[in-house]
Amino acid sequence: MSFWYALVDLLPFEWAVPGEMFFMKNALLAVMVITPLFGLLSTMVVHSRMSFFSDALGHSAFTGMAIGAICGFHEPTWAAVIFAVFFALLFNVVRRRSTLASDTVIGVFSSTAVALGIFLSTLGGRSFTRFNSLLIGDILSVEPAKVGLLVLILLAVVGLWLVSFNQLMLSAVHPALADSRGIRVFWQETVFSIAIAVVVTLSMTWVGLLVINSLLVLPAAAARNAARNMRQYHLFSLLGAVLAGVAGLMTSYYWGGSAGAAITLYLAVWFALTFLLRKK
Amino acid sequence: MRKIKHGKLSAGCADSCCLKLEGLSVRLEGDSILEDVSFHLHCGEIAALIGPNGAGKSTLFRSILGQTSYKGKITFSPAGGPAIRLADGEITGGTRPLVGYVPQAPSFDRGDPVSVLDFFTAATARWPVWLPIPAKYRERAAACLGRVHGEDLLDRPMGGLSGGQLQRVLLALALEPVPHILILDEPLSGVDIEGEHQLLDMLDELRTQYDLSIFLSTHDFATLSQFADKVILLNRRVLKSGAPEEVLSSPEFYDTFHLRMGKGGAQ
Repeated sequence: MSFWYALVDLLPFEWAVPGEMFFMKNALLAVMVITPLFGLLSTMVVHSRMSFFSDALGHSAFTGMAIGAICGFHEPTWAAVIFAVFFALLFNVVRRRSTLASDTVIGVFSSTAVALGIFLSTLGGRSFTRFNSLLIGDILSVEPAKVGLLVLILLAVVGLWLVSFNQLMLSAVHPALADSRGIRVFWQETVFSIAIAVVVTLSMTWVGLLVINSLLVLPAAAARNAARNMRQYHLFSLLGAVLAGVAGLMTSYYWGGSAGAAITLYLAVWFALTFLLRKK
Repeated sequence: MRKIKHGKLSAGCADSCCLKLEGLSVRLEGDSILEDVSFHLHCGEIAALIGPNGAGKSTLFRSILGQTSYKGKITFSPAGGPAIRLADGEITGGTRPLVGYVPQAPSFDRGDPVSVLDFFTAATARWPVWLPIPAKYRERAAACLGRVHGEDLLDRPMGGLSGGQLQRVLLALALEPVPHILILDEPLSGVDIEGEHQLLDMLDELRTQYDLSIFLSTHDFATLSQFADKVILLNRRVLKSGAPEEVLSSPEFYDTFHLRMGKGGAQ
């Protein structure tokens, strides 16, 4: 971290003075890790039409938090991760076995998770307000240890992308064709949804439940407007996510307001720009 | 190149490569989809599968591809050929064939950021396609597309291809590596007349060049006799099989499609 602090201290901002404002420097680093993470995952969320699914996962993460809090976990986040992974697995199995359309199955899961979360967190007449911070998120509260964890997750997702992006893409394009070429479609989809579950749950505290799905949808949605192949698609998605992340954090610092929401708004502007410049 | 003796129209299956289906039955969720389907498919032969919608054509393909469970036997001779990795990941000593599969054209959105090169490399190489693609993969993809006269399609987005062009890309993919059997699910639907001629010419070229069996489903009966060596009329079971003229003039063919089209339609 000291290396990072030394690096940031070189920047010409009022918060970049040495020995102060560590929360801001931590937050900047966290944003630089979280946004490429979401930029990468976003490409496949959009390509395989899973934006509704990732939204449902966000809701289940909140329910996991509520369960963790009830069980008296010191860190309810881990309970939430376990619950979200379980949710993703169960969803994949049900979707595969069921003849219902995928968005219907997601609707069933999403509403169940939300209802369970609200019920558990208000059990015994308790107030829901203590979960408000989860809904909005607070990037300035991130600690160096958590940034380290996010870096590990970013590395894991890059690893997943190196090893199985091709199979994932083909599975999304045409499952039967992918299968005929020896790809285990079910496992590809399952591993990917587990990755989303873990990332969404762990970053929810800082980004905020209400806007987290926009980070999974907007970067790639904007990139699709302009990209003609997979290289451009990833480049535009990552670029948009990181730029919006840094700009959003700065805006939040100077003007107040939630950083997560500001990042999302910048992504929306990025989408509008690529839409206007879209390929014909 | 594989050397498998071409035994079309020669003395039976004894000395030629041959896909044999014996007593194949498939049930899905309690419904019988295929019953006691048996036939042989020789190399160098083009066989057409016809039948009404819901006759089990796609299920039959899925059985050969190893994507659905079935009763009965699917064997490929000569046994003991080179070890082959099957569609379901199993390694076989040549008792089951390597099958190339051209699915019904998948739908790409016009805006899909997937170029033909991306698609091809993703399916044939480990190199992650979101990184710059090295020249050797590009050359290989171009060579494969060359087999179907589609080199110029390499940098086109998949969503911008015409039905015939998409069909050619999928065909090039199914031919890498060159399979024993090539399965095409309704390759003629969504392709215009010119594309249809091109495709049929190409299939004819491929079977002589690589000596592979081609097995396709179609609803286009008019062209059957121009390209098919054998026609199999399927409606849960094999109702009739043989030369195109024979099947197309059979009472079974008439019954199947007359009933289906009935009510004063095409009599």
